[in-house]
Amino acid sequence: MTTSTRGTSKVPAVLVLEDGRIFRGRAYGAVGETFGEAVFSTGMTGYQETLTDPSYHRQVVVMTSPHVGNTGVNDEDPESGRIWVSGYVVRDPARVSSNWRARRSLDEELRDQGVVGISGVDTRALTRHLRESGAMRVGIFSGSALPDEGTMLAEVRQQPEMKGADLSAEVATKETYVVPAIGTKKFTVAAIDLGIKGMTPHRMAERGIEVHVLPATATVEDVYAVAPDGVFFSNGPGDPATADGPVALMQAVLERRTPLFGICFGNQILGRALGFGTYKLKYGHRGINQPVQDRTTGKVEITAHNHGFAVDAPLDQVSETPFGRAEVSHVCLNDNVVEGLQLLDQPAFSVQYHPEAAAGPHDAAYLFDRFVSLMEAERA
Amino acid sequence: MPKRTDIQSVLVIGSGPIVIGQAAEFDYSGTQACRILKAEGLRVILVNSNPATIMTDPEIADATYVEPITPEFVEKIIAKERPDALLPTLGGQTALNTAISMHEQGVLEKYGVELIGANVEAINKGEDRDLFKGVVEAVKAKIGYGESARSVICHSMDDVIKGVDTLGGYPVVVRPSFTMGGAGSGFAHDEEELRRIAGQGLTLSPTTEVLLEESILGWKEYELELMRDKNDNVVVVCSIENFDPMGVHTGDSITVAPAMTLTDREYQRLRDIGIAIIREVGVDTGGCNIQFAIDPVDGRIIVIEMNPRVSRSSALASKATGFPIAKIAARLAVGYTLDEIPNDITEKTPASFEPTLDYVVVKAPRFAFEKFPSADSTLTTTMKSVGEAMAIGRNFTEALQKALRSLEKKGSQFTFVGEPGDKAELLRDAVRPTDGRINTVMQAIRAGATPEEVFDATRIDPWFVDQLFLIKEIADELGAADKLNPEILAEAKRHGFSDAQIAEIRGLREDVVREVRHALGVRPVYKTVDTCAAEFAAKTPYFYSSYDEETEVAPRTKPAVIILGSGPNRIGQGIEFDYSCVHASFALSDAGYETVMVNCNPETVSTDYDTSDRLYFEPLTLEDVLEIVHAETLAGPVAGVVVQLGGQTPLGLSQALKDNGVPVVGTSPEAIHAAEDRGAFGQVLADAGLPAPKHGTATTFAGAKAIADEIGYPVLVRPSYVLGGRGMEIVYDETRLESYIAESTEISPTRPVLVDRFLDDAIEIDVDALYDGHELYLGGVMEHIEEAGIHSGDSACALPPITLGGFDIKRLRASTEAIAKGVGVRGLINIQFAMAGDILYVLEANPRASRTVPFTSKATAVPLAKAAARISLGATIAELRAEGLLPKTGDGGTLPLDAPISVKEAVMPWSRFRDVHGRGVDTVLGPEMRSTGEVMGIDAVFGTAYAKSQAGAYGPLPTKGRAFISVANRDKRSMIFPARELVAHGFELLATSGTAEVLKRNGINATIVRKLSEGEGPNGEKTIVQLIHDGQVDLIVNTPYGTGGRLDGYEIRTAAVARSVPCLTTVQALAAAVQGIDALNRGDVGVRSLQEHAEHLTAARD
Repeated sequence: MTTSTRGTSKVPAVLVLEDGRIFRGRAYGAVGETFGEAVFSTGMTGYQETLTDPSYHRQVVVMTSPHVGNTGVNDEDPESGRIWVSGYVVRDPARVSSNWRARRSLDEELRDQGVVGISGVDTRALTRHLRESGAMRVGIFSGSALPDEGTMLAEVRQQPEMKGADLSAEVATKETYVVPAIGTKKFTVAAIDLGIKGMTPHRMAERGIEVHVLPATATVEDVYAVAPDGVFFSNGPGDPATADGPVALMQAVLERRTPLFGICFGNQILGRALGFGTYKLKYGHRGINQPVQDRTTGKVEITAHNHGFAVDAPLDQVSETPFGRAEVSHVCLNDNVVEGLQLLDQPAFSVQYHPEAAAGPHDAAYLFDRFVSLMEAERA
Repeated sequence: MPKRTDIQSVLVIGSGPIVIGQAAEFDYSGTQACRILKAEGLRVILVNSNPATIMTDPEIADATYVEPITPEFVEKIIAKERPDALLPTLGGQTALNTAISMHEQGVLEKYGVELIGANVEAINKGEDRDLFKGVVEAVKAKIGYGESARSVICHSMDDVIKGVDTLGGYPVVVRPSFTMGGAGSGFAHDEEELRRIAGQGLTLSPTTEVLLEESILGWKEYELELMRDKNDNVVVVCSIENFDPMGVHTGDSITVAPAMTLTDREYQRLRDIGIAIIREVGVDTGGCNIQFAIDPVDGRIIVIEMNPRVSRSSALASKATGFPIAKIAARLAVGYTLDEIPNDITEKTPASFEPTLDYVVVKAPRFAFEKFPSADSTLTTTMKSVGEAMAIGRNFTEALQKALRSLEKKGSQFTFVGEPGDKAELLRDAVRPTDGRINTVMQAIRAGATPEEVFDATRIDPWFVDQLFLIKEIADELGAADKLNPEILAEAKRHGFSDAQIAEIRGLREDVVREVRHALGVRPVYKTVDTCAAEFAAKTPYFYSSYDEETEVAPRTKPAVIILGSGPNRIGQGIEFDYSCVHASFALSDAGYETVMVNCNPETVSTDYDTSDRLYFEPLTLEDVLEIVHAETLAGPVAGVVVQLGGQTPLGLSQALKDNGVPVVGTSPEAIHAAEDRGAFGQVLADAGLPAPKHGTATTFAGAKAIADEIGYPVLVRPSYVLGGRGMEIVYDETRLESYIAESTEISPTRPVLVDRFLDDAIEIDVDALYDGHELYLGGVMEHIEEAGIHSGDSACALPPITLGGFDIKRLRASTEAIAKGVGVRGLINIQFAMAGDILYVLEANPRASRTVPFTSKATAVPLAKAAARISLGATIAELRAEGLLPKTGDGGTLPLDAPISVKEAVMPWSRFRDVHGRGVDTVLGPEMRSTGEVMGIDAVFGTAYAKSQAGAYGPLPTKGRAFISVANRDKRSMIFPARELVAHGFELLATSGTAEVLKRNGINATIVRKLSEGEGPNGEKTIVQLIHDGQVDLIVNTPYGTGGRLDGYEIRTAAVARSVPCLTTVQALAAAVQGIDALNRGDVGVRSLQEHAEHLTAARD
């Protein structure tokens, strides 16, 4: 399938960082202006999944991979119903889409969904800048009549920061919905949607789990109304320090000793529920090549990451928590960031990365099996 | 868990001579591995017959055996060295096959040697087609996807013919088992083709086995490079996508990293299959590569094959990502796990990750079809390219155009001027994959082809096709612009246009475009290859250029020396030049300089990021080099640019660099001109009173005829300004001279043809020497075994010379010194002499490192290239002697009497090429160089050394059996004594009637066999060609006839190649072979390491 959008835009665009650094390029996707937190993602594949991952809400994503859009857009790969990134920065957007599953071009898709982007910038220079100076607020301005640089910079600096942002409710489902088990149903799981990706309930469904996806604001009564064998806390955007509601809900679940599994934001919620702190990483982990060691087996898995915050828990000791002993189960070998937690005295664990892996490698899919085992053990 | 403590010594097997499909990449990987193992405190024992490699440098291993890589010789080495382990996965198919064969013969068990890196079961599962099919089935059962192409295994022609029906008819693919570089495989569209390809395949396969497969021609093709450790951690180092779809061997394809046209779901599926395969096969401490085909219509995935070892693709992947696969494979083999090994580039993160790229890498193959005019130039599943260039850019168009200009071949860059030609015809041509098809496609686009038409003709992915359209549109914009403004220039550079291309489009001179560009401030920046897309800071200055915003070249304080490499391997300019460049880098680093390497050949040691202080992976064109010099000048002091060591490529830039104010060190551009220009060199010789063969230059047949008439036939004719004897021919009569001039396309008033007297029966001599302006160091004197008239690169030679006396050496030394002085050499010079009738003629002089420098260095245990590099930067020979880099006294002309004899033998690529009718190409040696590589045999006496060189190059000389002799009339006299010797060794002689008659009269009995032209006899007596095919002949001596009888010889020699029967095409080689056979029959051929030889030589020198 070839969809042609030959003749890429020559409309000028400017990217303005809050520290005053400016990159000039051409408009990509929708023309206009947008703001967010500038972060970079190092994945070489999976732009469709990245764009539709609710965890990227209010972030302007810089793709380090220069060619983006080559395989167009299909109807199967999105992780949610819409594009969530607030802006998109690429170097060399595709002019045609080439893939048997492609339905339309990425450029069209971005325009249709009103996502402002910029192309033709030195994305490596921008990435190095973010690495050295940290993730920061950014604005993209495109169109034939652009404001002067001072005006643009002032606008960027007026935007709210990611630190302290409470965003789950903005991206989560408003209504509960059910993802049926594939094949014979074995378990029921209540999944708290803090920005859940489509692949997550699918991975559970593949294992015979009927997944009830509940809004971020769900109460403990809502959760137990579905008679869950296990409870799941999803990934999602924002600062975990603001997530008091989900933390309280998780503590209630832990008190009932229901098998519990958390991913990404869910890991940070577990951290907080156990009494650990969270902190903002300088520039985060975003990519699909991160080495994580499962400290229980010593094995290394290559994993998909998308997190700007992390849990502050001691790596070299078992911690006493209100819910018994806890330990760091997974660690990122690049920088020793906590990538997973587990309780030793009750069935609860979480990881900071993405075992559902869309996009990304499938190395960590075993964690869903681990969740199933916990529920099986509880039932036995 | 750290490294194993039960292994103290390890034997590493190299890959032997450079051949098509197995080239310099194994020097790169082997060198890395040896260094790592040595650094781990292991005793490293190395065997490799190829002297041109860095890995056989005595400092790389503890014991270096330049001996044939055959089970017999390797066993001798094992018996002597008793290593604990054998690492067979870094020396290509040669090493793997040798190791397996020694395992099967029980040798490894006998000496208690453990195979590390891959176990026998895993090797067999990966290599054996049938077992591998089982692996793929098991994987599908486990993970639900991945399948093999439908296929049948065949062991006979009957199986093959029957097999076609079970696959659903033609076309089918034939793949012989256990051959390297896909040798012998191909597409058969009908029974005739099938019989030919499969027949050859059955012969080539050591297990007489071929696989017949459904055709997946035109599908998308991908490769993954994987590594796995003993804890079952697996990483995918790199994905590679082929620009040319299925049907072209991946070594002959333009390839791209990372994969460009896969969604994450499809990529992860390939990754899952790859990981499941490496587990199922059981590669547990090393790497492998796996090839896939994907149907562009529905995404069906076929697993094509896997290599359970380091491969050409893994070398490419290492260079493309900065993840050193061979180095890490060596560490895994001795017990480390991936997470215990640090990533060299970031230093902080572990190797247990998957590199991510923020640039695009394009590899383009370099072919040598011009050397084999009768060979079919269609690209198939048999690899035919002799080298490759890699380029890195921030996008595909930039990387592609850089790769094409890195090929350094006329017409390899896109051109946008002139009439493109007829669209329909161009599209028709583009259907057939050939060298340069991409240029045909570009012309078709210029002629108005649509993307759909291009795809239909070529099946090249629409995304790639669009990128070609993009390049063409930029060219159109360039052409249409009023003037070269910064925007249009920057845009063109961003898509990889060279100044030369822009100049052509705008009708300007290249230097004018460059001036305008510089004036407008449009210059490249240099980015770092860092494995992680800038997520972490990189410590390794491995750079590529891009027209982007920010440069990453850091300032430095030490003076830098920029060394220009030799570019893609090609016939006539191969790994030998890389050897010299690497040595220069090491020597200059030791001398306190910061070394900066520039090269674009991914197969080499020079492009390893830790060979030099800085690496620029860039094309070796004037433009690219000038920009690097500029960038490095901004970074700190530049002491000079070395152009003498990378062969003709950098040498050719010398004058232009100097004209642009670049400090070229060593031999000056003017001196280079004095050696290369016929007239100037003639003056040098005249001043020194040295004779050269009579010669003249002409631009017409009449002119050439007049010269030939004066100097007498035979004459040697060649176009001027060519390399590797390109187009050179010995002409015996006027008729041929006329047709030569008529056929030659390269002759013009500015490019005259050179006509030289041909010295029949002369001894050819090669000399490598160093000159510092005052003193000469004679590096070595090599006596050719074949007579003058055969290109020195294709001729076997011996060092020290075996028949020259002290007086001859004295004359050679005096002549060499006179020329070096007359030309003005500062560094290395190579001179070719011919001794005819006691007159020493000078044939040519090359004021640069020659092809033989590594051979000479190893044979005499003196690092000539290192010394040359130092002399270039001002050191004197006296200083280097005092320092110990050169011997205190004496030189290569004064070797002790008991110095070992080293024989260099060339390796020819005959078996790779077929003509359009599928017949082999002729194997006769001539003045045009056609060998791809070389081996060295070293021993106390000539016979043994020669026998070793043959065993290393072509397989052992026979020690008994049947020898067929058929020689040209002029060779009949010199054949008598060697023939008698063969009989004395128990050979039965076969001869055609004419030769048999001569033998008979000299009292030697020979069985008369029928010529091919005579056909089969009345009682079914077979012709010689049939006998060879039937395996009834063990040795062939067939010298070419001047004219007439040529065809018979051709059939004999091609049959010899097909059956791998040793075939000697000169009487000199016969004489040498007889000495070798004599040595073998006396038995007791031993092995000795280079370190032992050197110790002996040094002791004798002192």
